[in-house]
Amino acid sequence: MSTLFDQFSFWSAFWMTIKLTLGAAVGSLILGTIVAVLRLSPVPMLRFLGTSYVNIFRNTPLTLIILASNLVLWAKLGVVMANSKSPDFFNTNNFRLAVLGLTVYHASYVCEALRSGVNTIPLGQAEAARSIGLTFGQSLKEVILPQAFRGAVVPLGNTLIALTKNTTVAVTIGVAEMAAMLAKVTEDDPGLLNQAFVLTALAFVVLTLPVGLAVSWLGKRLAVKR
Amino acid sequence: MKLRNTAAIALAVAMPLGLAACGGGSSSGSGNKVKIGIKYDQPGLGFKDGNKYTGFDVAVATYVAGKMGYKPDQIEWVESPSKQREKMLQAGTVKMIFATYSITAKRQAVVSFAGPYFVAGQSVLVKADSPINSVDALKGKKVCSVTGSTSVDNLKKKQPALVPQNYDTYSNCASALADGVIDAMTTDDTILAGYANQDAYKGKFKLVGGTFSEEKYGVGLKKGDTATCQKVNEAIKAMIDDGSWKKALQENLGSNYKFNTSLNPPKQDACS
Repeated sequence: MSTLFDQFSFWSAFWMTIKLTLGAAVGSLILGTIVAVLRLSPVPMLRFLGTSYVNIFRNTPLTLIILASNLVLWAKLGVVMANSKSPDFFNTNNFRLAVLGLTVYHASYVCEALRSGVNTIPLGQAEAARSIGLTFGQSLKEVILPQAFRGAVVPLGNTLIALTKNTTVAVTIGVAEMAAMLAKVTEDDPGLLNQAFVLTALAFVVLTLPVGLAVSWLGKRLAVKR
Repeated sequence: MKLRNTAAIALAVAMPLGLAACGGGSSSGSGNKVKIGIKYDQPGLGFKDGNKYTGFDVAVATYVAGKMGYKPDQIEWVESPSKQREKMLQAGTVKMIFATYSITAKRQAVVSFAGPYFVAGQSVLVKADSPINSVDALKGKKVCSVTGSTSVDNLKKKQPALVPQNYDTYSNCASALADGVIDAMTTDDTILAGYANQDAYKGKFKLVGGTFSEEKYGVGLKKGDTATCQKVNEAIKAMIDDGSWKKALQENLGSNYKFNTSLNPPKQDACS
């Protein structure tokens, strides 16, 4: 068991998974909110943009998005996200590309979760906000979004849990997270495989179970009583 | 009502069939079919091309199965990716695995090996017009291999100043190398030669730096299966002796692939 921690650096793989999750969670929350605002806007063109974004990225396999962020965005189009002279170039570049890919994919789910939150708000509230003279932006900021976030805590939490597990896809472009550690164990020391599987499963439970519990508690507490 | 009865009978008949299909592990090699694990995505070694299977591993497997009394149409090919090889042998999903499977002490603790049938060595593949001609020239260069493989760590012992990139498959490395965004790719020379000999990349890549490790390709067997091991070893020896071993090598990896002649053809290890 201790070999898994020393030789296969389990903790750094675990930390990498957490970093990927946190980076993509913050990124997709911001991007997803923007897309949700587009889908709620009164301008048809912006609504079309938002809807297209969700349909394109929600329906593309994540592996393809992550691989394309490396082999297309970086290799073909030359988008560099780190200092290309550094000996650590690929680690940094691939990590950032993976966060970008995860962000882009999960933003579509965040957007849909937020829209479901918006649907919990009676239509009269938006109408009332407009009739007292608030602009679209003001009514969104003061009335709609604060309630939408509170109503969307549970679906947002589900997205976060899915995101945590989806970080394992980053192994396709060589980010050294948990799935990469498993691949290394398989190659070098197949006898340890069962232990490594159990340990990895436990690590994911440790990451996702508290999120699930916190989310159901918060969801009840924060929901707007009507 | 009648229809419902028919459906119930159909279900009752189909269910044990489904169960039997799931539990089919123990039947590998029994009857008159043999299940052999190969790679499907390694050009020149084990490659699925439409419904045909090509490559050096496939040629050796076909020959060995032939000596054991199985005609080519009695062989059932099963894909055995690196990550699943041990599990497939332990569960009995396949009887033998010919899949660039290096014999290592750690693996021998879990599975048994026959062979080796080839000794490969780690090498470096670069673009045909690249100025890189040795391992020393890789200083500060971007070098690609696959996640989990020890190739980059091995190379780092000889040339610490390199920038490693890992993908999940060698095909992605080859694609990035062809695009020129990485400078070299490293793994067993057989795998590299297979890509250099592939139609899409023919004439675009070259092998440099010689070989600097010993990878003995063995035939993966269930732990303790000495009976099969002995039969496989005899068949491999026969294949080397009658010249079809060399022919298969040249056909699949190209006539200008230079393998390490001091180690090849290899002597088979004793079965244990």
